[in-house]
Amino acid sequence: MESEVFQKVLEKNKNRRPILKNSLKAFLFGGIVCLLGEVIRMILMKVFKVDSRVANTIMLFVFIFLSSIFTGLGIYDKLGQVAGAGAFIPITGFANSLTSSAIESKTEGIIQGTLTNMFKLAGAIIAIGAISSIFIGSIIYMVRCFYA
Amino acid sequence: MTIVFAFLIGGLICFIAQLLLDGLKLQNVHITVLFVFLGSLLECFNLYDRLIEISGAGALLPICSFGHSMTESAVNYALNGNYFDIFKGVFASTSSGISFAIFISFICSLIFKPKG
Repeated sequence: MESEVFQKVLEKNKNRRPILKNSLKAFLFGGIVCLLGEVIRMILMKVFKVDSRVANTIMLFVFIFLSSIFTGLGIYDKLGQVAGAGAFIPITGFANSLTSSAIESKTEGIIQGTLTNMFKLAGAIIAIGAISSIFIGSIIYMVRCFYA
Repeated sequence: MTIVFAFLIGGLICFIAQLLLDGLKLQNVHITVLFVFLGSLLECFNLYDRLIEISGAGALLPICSFGHSMTESAVNYALNGNYFDIFKGVFASTSSGISFAIFISFICSLIFKPKG
């Protein structure tokens, strides 16, 4: 009897998983981050008259810097719980994973802790980036050499 | 106009990511790896460059642009030199972001204390 009730409650909660609501939150947060990035990029390009490549780099630096500071202050974890994918898909998630694993492993010492464990989470991004770019880049290179 | 598209495209990428995360019950790492690979794949017909032209930061800030710019610089290095320059070009354009993130996170780990 009790296990039946338990199963019912479990089933009810399962169906209520707010996939759409979470996705909309992620949409809003990710959209606002990208909107701010575009505003920064436009200000850099229009007001300070910098080259678009330099503007892109400065914009990325601003976001990496802010997200590292927010991670250190503990704000980013709370944001991540609310925004989900909106918090870890932009480049801020990369900086967050670097900084959080660097701070967490600080107690083990600077060399054996911070420097060793810094890439615990972010290593996957760099590794897959290098592997897929060598793999796909080789294919594109071969195709372009063959046709040109 | 690019500001509106930046909001829409950037939001849409995060929307799809959250949908996959909840729908397939994956971890964050799976989604990030998948999106880096997708960005690398979209380099094929210069699709991602067009997306950046339309939406600016909406396509530059999501992690897909990481895979995209890695592949783009790898191909450019290989086309300008010989094939083995592909290994040189992989990190050519993303190296500034990576080294800045390493530097800042090291400074932050010196300043802040671990929580919990």
